[in-house]
Amino acid sequence: MTTAQAPAKGRRVLRALTTGTPVYLLLAVLLTALALTDPGFYEPDRFLAFVKRAAPLVILAAGQYLVIVCGEFDLSVGAIVTAGVVVAAELYGSFPAAPWPLVTVVLLLAGALAGLVSGLITTLLRVPSFITTLGMMLILEGAVFFWTGGSPHGALPAEFRRLGRGTAFGWLPWAVLACVVAGLLAVRLMRSDFGRTLLATGDSERAAALAGVRVARARTIAFVLSGIAAALAAVLVGGFSGVSAQAGRGYEFEAITAVVLGGVVLGGGRGSVVAAMAGAFSLQALFTLLNLQGVSGALESTVQGVIVIAAVALGAADWSRLRRRGTESPGAKAS
Amino acid sequence: MLTMQGVSKSFLGVRVLDGVGLDLEAGEVHALVGENGAGKSTLMKILAGEHLPDAGTITIDGTDRSFGHPAEAQAAGVGIIHQEFALLTHRTVAENVFLGREPTRYGLVDRRAMERRTAELLAELDETGITPRTPVHELSVARRQTVEIVKALASDVRILVMDEPTAALADHEVEQLGSLVRRLTARGIGILYISHRLREIFDLSRRITVLKDGRRVTTLDTRETDAETVVRAMVGRELGAYYPPRAGPEEPGEERLTVRGGGNSRISGIDLTLRAGEVVGVAGLQGSGRTSLARALFGAAPFTTGTMNVGGEPLRPANPREAVRAGIALVTEDRKGEGLALHQSVADNALLVTRAVPARGRPAARREVTALLERVRLHAHGEDQQVQYLSGGNQQKVVIAKWLAARPRVLLFDEPTRGVDVGAKAAIHTLVRELAREGLAVLIISSELPELIGMSDRILVMSEGRLAGELPAGAAEEAVMRVATGGGSATEGAA
Repeated sequence: MTTAQAPAKGRRVLRALTTGTPVYLLLAVLLTALALTDPGFYEPDRFLAFVKRAAPLVILAAGQYLVIVCGEFDLSVGAIVTAGVVVAAELYGSFPAAPWPLVTVVLLLAGALAGLVSGLITTLLRVPSFITTLGMMLILEGAVFFWTGGSPHGALPAEFRRLGRGTAFGWLPWAVLACVVAGLLAVRLMRSDFGRTLLATGDSERAAALAGVRVARARTIAFVLSGIAAALAAVLVGGFSGVSAQAGRGYEFEAITAVVLGGVVLGGGRGSVVAAMAGAFSLQALFTLLNLQGVSGALESTVQGVIVIAAVALGAADWSRLRRRGTESPGAKAS
Repeated sequence: MLTMQGVSKSFLGVRVLDGVGLDLEAGEVHALVGENGAGKSTLMKILAGEHLPDAGTITIDGTDRSFGHPAEAQAAGVGIIHQEFALLTHRTVAENVFLGREPTRYGLVDRRAMERRTAELLAELDETGITPRTPVHELSVARRQTVEIVKALASDVRILVMDEPTAALADHEVEQLGSLVRRLTARGIGILYISHRLREIFDLSRRITVLKDGRRVTTLDTRETDAETVVRAMVGRELGAYYPPRAGPEEPGEERLTVRGGGNSRISGIDLTLRAGEVVGVAGLQGSGRTSLARALFGAAPFTTGTMNVGGEPLRPANPREAVRAGIALVTEDRKGEGLALHQSVADNALLVTRAVPARGRPAARREVTALLERVRLHAHGEDQQVQYLSGGNQQKVVIAKWLAARPRVLLFDEPTRGVDVGAKAAIHTLVRELAREGLAVLIISSELPELIGMSDRILVMSEGRLAGELPAGAAEEAVMRVATGGGSATEGAA
C-alpha cells in the first residue's frame, strides 16, 4: 500500500479515457469498416457531412448523459425536438420577419422550460422521471398534433436553417461547430464542482444530501440542460430536414442507446460524458454502415433494440466470474 | 472436524490470501482476528463457497471438499452469517428461516410445519421475544441476528462462520449473543468467529488465529495469551497507549454549540453545551436516542422544539446544508450508505462538501486535499482510487477528510470506529484528540464503552430519548451502564 498521492495530469486523462474503453474500440472498428466499405468516406467534406448528421444525436446524448448520471431518465427529448421545429415554423408563419437569433433563443428558453417542469415534477412531487418525462413526451406530441392538425404549416426561412445546413468559412458546417462547442461545454461542466456533485448525487443521494448538496436543485438543473440540448438539436434538425410532425421521433431512445453504449450506468453515478458522445457517434456510424450495406432503414430500430440490450447486458456481466466458472451454473446469488 | 490448508486467493492480481491454514474442532469457538484487509472475510467466503480458492484444500470430517456454490457448502453443513444480514425484511421469521427450502405438503408450502419447527428452534435458544410469524422488519438488529442463527440451525449446520456479529450491537446485546454462542457450541457446532472486539473474543474463544496481509501470523491458545500479545501480532508492532491522553486540566474553551430544551419526535428535553477543545462522549443503549441527537444537531432530523446556538449565533438547522454552513459536521454511523459515494474517487469524496457548500472552505484545491489525506493518514493507491475498494478504516478516514476540508467548528461522530481495524482505530483516536486540541468541539457517540471512556472529557448518557446523566472523564463502565439502563440491570432487553 502506498500513501495517497496526486496523479500526473497525463494519467488522469488516460484514466478518463479508459473508463469508456469499449465504446472507443467500437467506434474505431465502425469507422474502419466504413472506410473499407466506402473508400471516399474520409474525404474532408464527406466526413464533415457525417459529423454534421451525427451532431443532433451527439448533443442529445450529452444532455441525456447529465440526466442519467444523476439517476434519472429524460424520455421527452424527441418530443421537444419535434415541438421545437413545429413551433419555429408556426412562429415564422405569424411573424415572417422575426430575426433568426431571436427565434433560436426563444426555442432554447422553451426547451429549458420543458426541462424545468419535468425536473420540478420529478424532484418536488417525487414522480419517477421515467413517468414524468413519458408524460411530457405524450403531452408535447399531442399538443403538436392538436395545433397543426397533423400537418404543420409554415416554413423555415433559409437564414434560420443556416445553422443546420450552412457552413462557416465556406467549409466548416455550423452544425459541426455547434456540436463541438456543446461537447466542450459538457466536458467542462462535468469537471466543474457542479458536475462532480451531480455524479456523487447519482451515486449516493443520501451521502450527497448529508454533505450539503441541494439534491433536488442539482437534478432539476440536469433536466433543464437536457431540455436546452434538445432545443439546440431541434434548431439543427429543422435546418436539415425542414418542418414535419415527425421531426424528432425516436430521438429519445437513440439518445439513451448512445449513452448506454458509452458505458454509462443507468441508475447514475458512473460513466463519462465523452464516452456518451462517442456512443452517439458509434450509433450514427452504425446506421451509416448499415445504409451503405444496403440494409433497409426500416431495420434501424431493430438494430438499436439489439444494441441497447447487448450493451447493458455486457456492462452488467461479471467477466471474471464467467471466465472462472465456465459452464457451471451462473445463478450465484442464491440462498 | 474442519481443516483448511494452504489456501491462496488473488483478486485482479492482488494476493489477498497466501497459503493460509486453519482448523476447527467440534464445539469450539475459534476466533479469527486481523486488521481490515488481512483476508479474514475472504477466507471465510471461500469456506462458504462464495469464492473459489486459487490453491489449497478444505477437508471436512476427513473428506476433501471444494465448493463452487454457497448451496454446496450449505449442504456440507457450513453456514455463514454476514455482517449485512441476508434477511427479507417484509417476510416473517419462519419464512426467512426456511427461505429457499420450504417444507412442502402435496406440493404446497407447509406453513404449519415451517412455523412449528421455527418455534422449536427459538425455544431451544431460549428466545422468547420472537415468534415465527413476526415480520423481520419489526425486530431489532440483535434479534435479526438470532433469526440468522436459527436459519443456520434449521439447515443443520455444524460449522458456523460469524463475521463481526457484534459490530452493530450495543454492549448488553453482545452479552446475550455470547450466551447464544455458548449454547451453539454445547450442541457440538464449531464456530469461526471474526471480530474486532478483543474482550468478547477472550470471553468466548478457545483459540485465536491472527491474520495479517493475507498470511497466518500465529494461532494462540486463548487461556495462555493476553490482549497485548494478540494486538501486537495483528499490527506487527507495539501500539503503546491505546488511547491518546486527554486534554489537560486547563479550562475548556468558549462555547461552540448550545441546545436548550431541544426535542423532536424521538428525543426531548435536550440541554447540551459543547466547548472548543473538548471531547464529549454520548453513551446509551441502541434506541436510546443517541443517533437521533446527532441527527438533530446536524439538521438531518431537525429539532422541532427548543433553541440552539452555534458559534454564538442562534441557529437551529432545518437541514444538513444549514448545519454545514454553520460549521457543523457529522460522521454518520452508516459509512457506506450515508458517508460516501462509493463509485467516486477518494479525491471526489474528500471534496464533496466544499463543492456542495462553497461558502465554507473555498478554495477546495486538489493540493489541499492531498495535505488533508496525509493528515488523516490515508492508505490508498492514489487519490483516483474508487473509495469502494478501500478498507473500512481507510473509508472512514476519507469521510473525516471530507469534513475537515470544510473547516468545521463542531464535529459530531456517530460510531467513529465501527468496522475499523485496530491500526486505523488508533489513528482516528489520535486525530480526534488533535482536532480537539486545535479548538474544535467534538461529540462522540459510541457503543464501545472502553472507547467512549478512553476518549471523552465527560460522558453524557442517554436513555429513552433524554439525557439521563453526565459522568466525568474516566468513569467506570458499570457507572455508565447503570445510568443508561435507568438504574436497572445491564442485561435488560432493549426491544
